[in-house]
Amino acid sequence: MATYVDIPVVENVTLDITKDAVVIDGVSKVFKKSRPLLPWRRKKDDEKNKKREVRAVDDVTITIKRREIVGILGANGSGKSTLIRILSTLLIPDTGKVTIFGYDVEKDERMVQRLINRVSVEASFFKKLSPLENLMYAARLYNMPGAEARTKIFEILKRLGIKPDRITAPLENMSRGMQQKVAIARAFLTSPIVLLLDEPTTGLDPRSKIDVQNFVLELRNVHDATILITTHDMEEAEALCDRVAIIDQGRIVALGAADELKREVAEIMGRDEPATMHEVFMHYTASHPITEEDIRRYGSWEKAFEALEAEREEED
Amino acid sequence: MSSIMHQGRAAYAFFERNLNLTKRYWGWEIVWLVYNIVNALSVTFIGASAQLVTGTKINTNFLILYLLIGTSVWSYLSVTFDGVTDIINMERWEGTIEHTFMAPISRFTHMIGSCLYAVVHGMLFTVVQLVVVGAFFHLDLSHANYLTTIFMLLVGSISFIGFGIMTAVLPLLYTEKGMQMSFIVRAIILLVSGVYYPVAVLPFWMRPLASISPATYVLDGLRFAILDNQPIWSPAIWSVTWPLIITGIVSIPLGIYIFRIAERYAKRTGKLKRNG
Repeated sequence: MATYVDIPVVENVTLDITKDAVVIDGVSKVFKKSRPLLPWRRKKDDEKNKKREVRAVDDVTITIKRREIVGILGANGSGKSTLIRILSTLLIPDTGKVTIFGYDVEKDERMVQRLINRVSVEASFFKKLSPLENLMYAARLYNMPGAEARTKIFEILKRLGIKPDRITAPLENMSRGMQQKVAIARAFLTSPIVLLLDEPTTGLDPRSKIDVQNFVLELRNVHDATILITTHDMEEAEALCDRVAIIDQGRIVALGAADELKREVAEIMGRDEPATMHEVFMHYTASHPITEEDIRRYGSWEKAFEALEAEREEED
Repeated sequence: MSSIMHQGRAAYAFFERNLNLTKRYWGWEIVWLVYNIVNALSVTFIGASAQLVTGTKINTNFLILYLLIGTSVWSYLSVTFDGVTDIINMERWEGTIEHTFMAPISRFTHMIGSCLYAVVHGMLFTVVQLVVVGAFFHLDLSHANYLTTIFMLLVGSISFIGFGIMTAVLPLLYTEKGMQMSFIVRAIILLVSGVYYPVAVLPFWMRPLASISPATYVLDGLRFAILDNQPIWSPAIWSVTWPLIITGIVSIPLGIYIFRIAERYAKRTGKLKRNG
């Protein structure tokens, strides 16, 4: 049975919260090098261009439930950020469909934009403006009255450990960690139903990292947000996420709870104790998943991994 | 009603943000103002020296005012156009483009907020420039109609905004050189519009371009207002007002339509990315 709730930031809109929060169904995205304007150059470059096509996201399917935190692990260039951009309405997929609580990211773009917010790896701000000015700008874009926004901004920034005198000073004088906290505050300010975090803790010191992670958990536990987070940090994925998806060359190669994945890989490795997340990641992002036959052939999981990686490098 | 409130708040967000940026970059504003004043002076001194150079008797006051109007429109168009094309340029430079483009607002609201600020900023800039340059010459402004002058700048702004929105597509699609391309568009508009000369001196093939450029009518209107004391309701002013109204009615929706197509293309090809 459907259950509808009013969404505070989205006036006159009710959401069916029994629906899956995020449904990504068969989504692909290919980036092509632009063709030369001159026809003779075009013919010459056709072959090269085919090779230069980048399949950033390749037939990805995943469903995320409400209040779930799902981590996407992948190497640089594996397609994590492209996937987040598609969910953020910043990229249109070539094939497939993405819905947020039943709303299509392409057809119901404006509605989806009301439901989501995103924190990217680089804290994207007007650096000469202060956190207050930047956040007031964001609040007004998301239909928040000035006075209410001001009070909320001071509250959130204080909660994130930003001193009051820094709130009105230019953001360019803040450390990267502080700027990232302001970025988290900006996303939180608009009370998103679905929060997309693209490597939010990359480059942060351990203390800032823990602060951001605690805040992410609070967003889910207290404010019922559904969170999709991309990260390189295996420990972070394990600590924060209900499920982890490993993406390699645009494809999801593993999906499940961290413990499940660790047990699966340990079994393949022939060990009794669970594998580490690092081993899970290496296992699934090898040139092809390491099977028991590979382990027999090369003598051990580690040797099979090295041999298959060498093969992959040669192919590249 | 709540949607109108939301779009109003969002439009104000762009106005307020740009005002804050102008305040924070005040040093750059002064540099830009001085540059415009120096440029305007170097052009108007041509008028002041014409009698001396040619050796024939010339109505120097008229010529200086004629050129001063050209420099003012150039300056106003530059500042307004920059404000409009900055919809993309500045956001790319600051790295905020993705954040702005994923906000739940219409592109029309985005443009209106940014353009309103561009018009107010451009007006203030031009007035300061006019006052400073005017102080260098003992100009006879007894024939100037100030009300018509402001009216012409306001009506002209509507068309400039439409053209500006179309030009903002360039930095959206051409991430590296789009900004420079927008300078070229601005320069061409002024060249064909008779910025320092009547369009009658242009080669025959260039004249049709003058008739579709809003700057032509703004320049003519300002010259009617400042040199001939024409009131708003005079036939001379009406003859340049209606083409501007039509250009505005056509160019703003057309500009937004073109921008939407370009935005969709950018979202298909990944050109909306922060660093190009």
